[in-house]
Amino acid sequence: MREFEFDELEALAIGAGVLGTGGGNHPDLELMCAQAEYRRGRRVTLIDPQELADDARVAVVCIMGAPLVTKERLPEPVAICKAVRLMEAHCGKPFDAIMSIEIGGENAFFAMLAGMELGLPVVDADTMGRAFPEAQMASFAIRGLSVAPFAIADIRNNSVLIPEAENATRIERIGRKAVVELGSIAGTCAAPRSGREVKDHAILNSVGRALKIGNAVLAARHSGHDPVDAVLDAEEGALLFTGKVQDVSRRTTDGFVRGKAVLAGRGGFEGQMLEIDFQNEFSVARLDGRLLACVPDLITVLDEESAEAIGTEVLRYGQRVVVVALPADPIMTSAEGLTVVGPRAFGFDFDYTPFTEQPA
Amino acid sequence: MKRIGIDVGGTNTDAVLLDGDRILRSIKTATTSDVMSGISTAMAHILGDDQAFEAGGVRAIMIGTTHFTNAVIERRGLSKVAVIRIGLPAAHSILPMQAWPDDLRREVEGPVFLVRGGHEFDGREIVPFDREHMQAIASEIRDSGVKAAAITAVFSPLTSACEEEAAAILTQMVPHISITLSSQLGRIGLIERENATIINSALHGLARETVSAFEAAISKSGIAAPLYLTQNDGTVMQASHAARFPVLCFASGPTNSMRGARMLSGLDEAIVLDVGGTTTDAGMLVSGFPREANSKVDIGGVSTFFRMPDVIAIALGGGTIVDAENGLVGPKSVGYLISEKARVKNGDTLTLTDFAVRAGRMEFGDAALVADLPNTLADHVDAWSRQRLADLVDRMKTSAADAPVIVVGGGASLVPDELPGVSRVIKVEHAGVANAVGAAMAQVSGECDQVFYDIGREEALERARKIAERRAIDAGADISSLELLDIEDIPMSYIPGNPLRVRLRVIADLAL
Repeated sequence: MREFEFDELEALAIGAGVLGTGGGNHPDLELMCAQAEYRRGRRVTLIDPQELADDARVAVVCIMGAPLVTKERLPEPVAICKAVRLMEAHCGKPFDAIMSIEIGGENAFFAMLAGMELGLPVVDADTMGRAFPEAQMASFAIRGLSVAPFAIADIRNNSVLIPEAENATRIERIGRKAVVELGSIAGTCAAPRSGREVKDHAILNSVGRALKIGNAVLAARHSGHDPVDAVLDAEEGALLFTGKVQDVSRRTTDGFVRGKAVLAGRGGFEGQMLEIDFQNEFSVARLDGRLLACVPDLITVLDEESAEAIGTEVLRYGQRVVVVALPADPIMTSAEGLTVVGPRAFGFDFDYTPFTEQPA
Repeated sequence: MKRIGIDVGGTNTDAVLLDGDRILRSIKTATTSDVMSGISTAMAHILGDDQAFEAGGVRAIMIGTTHFTNAVIERRGLSKVAVIRIGLPAAHSILPMQAWPDDLRREVEGPVFLVRGGHEFDGREIVPFDREHMQAIASEIRDSGVKAAAITAVFSPLTSACEEEAAAILTQMVPHISITLSSQLGRIGLIERENATIINSALHGLARETVSAFEAAISKSGIAAPLYLTQNDGTVMQASHAARFPVLCFASGPTNSMRGARMLSGLDEAIVLDVGGTTTDAGMLVSGFPREANSKVDIGGVSTFFRMPDVIAIALGGGTIVDAENGLVGPKSVGYLISEKARVKNGDTLTLTDFAVRAGRMEFGDAALVADLPNTLADHVDAWSRQRLADLVDRMKTSAADAPVIVVGGGASLVPDELPGVSRVIKVEHAGVANAVGAAMAQVSGECDQVFYDIGREEALERARKIAERRAIDAGADISSLELLDIEDIPMSYIPGNPLRVRLRVIADLAL
C-alpha cells in the first residue's frame, strides 16, 4: 500500500485516456478535481491486490451515464459515495477498499475521488482493463460472479437499490433506465467482492498500467522524444496506422453511439485507408479491408504530436492521428471472455484474432 | 463597393482601401499607444487628398485587433468580476477559476457564488432556482462595488432561463453592472464556457473604451460607414456587438492574414506563411478558410472552447539576428527596430533582412552596406532559412505531395522563390498588408449548437441550419450569399430520444 503522488495524477489521466480506447470520456475534468483535492491536503492510497486479505470487502464502483452530461454537471464523486453507503447499509458491513469497474477514461478517477472522500484505499485493479460499454463486459460477470445487489444514487436524494437480478445484462438495462431518470448521470456500487475474488477474477495492476503509459508519455514530452513511440514501448503495442481523419459517421441505436471513422494514410501509409468501427469505444480496425485488430484488444487513436488519446466523440475531419493496438487481458481473450467481449458480441461476423498474429 | 480594412497589431497598424476586389490604396504605420492616432494616420493616408470623394463611397470599415487578447496575456485593463454559477447541488466539484494562473486570477476574481438551480440536458430543473439566495448575492455584489458580473448555469446553451432570471435580479439591485451570460457565448462544456464568460466580463470596460476610440478615429476621418470587428473564424460582427463580446475577437490576427492571402492569391487550398519581424506563422487554407487546431485552446493560461486557426510559429523574421562569428541564426530578433538596427539601414546588427537585401530578394536600405559580407556566410544563412521554412511547411502538410505556399507579411520577400517540398512559392502584391485585406474581405457568420430529440438527422440538420441562418441574417448577412461553412453532428450515448447534438455554421457576405 502506498500513497498516490500528486505528479501521478496527470500520468493517470493520460494513461486512462489511452486505455479508454475512444470511450469512457477523457478524464480531464476529474484530473482537475483530484489535483484540487490534493492541493487542499487530501490524499488517496493505492493498494496492490495481493495485499488484500481474502475476506476484505471491496466496493466496485463507477459513474454511469452520458459523457456529455459530465461536461455540464461536472464530475460527481458524491453520487458514488452515496451508492457505497447505500450498499453498506444493505449488506450491514463496511467496506475495506474501493475499485473501479473500468480503468479506461474518467472512471479511473472516480474510484480515486470516492476513495479520498470515504477514506478507503483504491485497489490497483479493475474489471475491464480498458473501457467497454456495458456492465456484463466486466471480468467478474464473465467469471460468473453476480453483479447484484447493485446501488445507484444521484447528487440529490434519489437512490435505487437492485437487490437481485437474473444476470448482469438485466442490471445494465434496469440501471440505464434509472440513470436516465436521474439526469443521465449517477454513481453506482456493484455487489461487494471479497479480496479473494478480486485476486482471482479482476484485471490486476491496471492502475499501474495506466500510470506506466502516462509516465512514459510525460517523460517523452519533457525530453523531446516521440510520445507515441513511448506508449508503444511501454506496452508491447503495435503501430497500426498514421493518417488523417477523412470521414466520421455516427448513429445512435439502443443508447449507443455506433459508427465508423475513415482515415487516409500519411507518411509510410500514404495511399492506404484505415477504417475503424466503434460502439462507444473502438472495436475493429481494417486496413484497406484487411483486419488488423479487433476487440477485446485495445484500439486507441492518439494525437500525432502529443499522444493524447482522442475519443470517438471528438474525432473530427482533418485531425492528424496515430492508431495503435495494445494487448487485452487473458480473462478477456479466454473462451468465456470472447463470448461477451469478442467481435461477435459487437455484431461482427468473424472470430477474434490477436493483433499480434495478423500477417504484417 | 468600397470598404476599408484595418489591422491593429501590437507593432503595426495596416490599412487598405478596397473597391470590390481591387486594392486602391494601402499603408503600414506604427501602432500608437492610444490606438486612435495610429488609425487616424492610416485612414488619412488611404483616403488621400480627395478625401471627400473617397469617404463618400466607403460602405463599411472592418477592424481586426489583437488588443483584447494582449490585454489578457499582459494582464492589463482588466476589471474584477463577480462570478455566479447556478447548478447546485451539481457542478461544485471544480470551483470557478480553479485552474487559472494565479496572477490573472488576482486581477479578475471578485466575489464568487454557487447557487442552487440549473437544468438537465432535457430541460428539466436540477432543483428549483434559489431566488432568495440570488437576491442576497445581488446585494453582496452591490456592496462589494464590483462593476462586472459573469453568470453561468448548467446546460444554459439548451435552457437559459436561470441565467436570465439571475441577471434580472442582479440588474434590479445593481443597475449599472455589466453582465455576460454564458448562454450568450453558447457551446456546451461548463468550465470552458464559464472561463470565456468571466474573461469577457473582465474585458467589458476595455472593450467599450477601445471600440469608442475606433469609432472616434473613424468619425474624425469624415466617414459615416458602419464599423465592424473581425472574429476568430474570419467573419465580422458589428462594433456594438464586439464591445459586448470582446472574447470573440481573440484569434482574429492569424485568421485575417490567411484570409487576406487567399484573396490576394485566389487560391483556396494552400499553406500560408506570414513572415513578420520576429516570427513566421504557418497556417493552412482549406476551402478558403484556416484549418482549425485539434486541441483545446488556452488564452493567457485559461482554457476556453474557442476554435482557433491551426498555426505554428517559428523564430524567423526580418529582424532575426545573425551572429556572423559563430554562424548562428536567431532565435533573438530586433523586431520592430529593424529600421534602426539593420546593417542596410546603417545599424549595428546583422539580420536576416540584410541577407535578403544582399541576395537581391528585398529592396530595403542600402545594399552597398552589406556587399562585404562573405559568400560562405550568406550561403550558410540561406541554407538555414530554407531548412527552417521547408520544415515548417512540412509540419503543416497533410500529404507528402508538393504544396503551394503563399507568402504574406512585412517580411514576405525574405522567403526564397523555391523551397523543398513546395510546388510554387507565391508572392503576392500587397503581401505586407494581407491582414488588413483579410479584415476588409471578412464575411458574417451564424452558428447553432443545439440538441435535437426524436427527429431524423436530415430534419435536425435542416432546423439547425435555419437557426444559424437566422443568426447570420441578424448579424447583417446578405441572404442570397448564405453558405454552409461547417457542420458536425454527434449523437449522444446513453440518453433516450435519439438526441443529436448539431453544431453548424453558415457564412455570408455582408448586406451593405
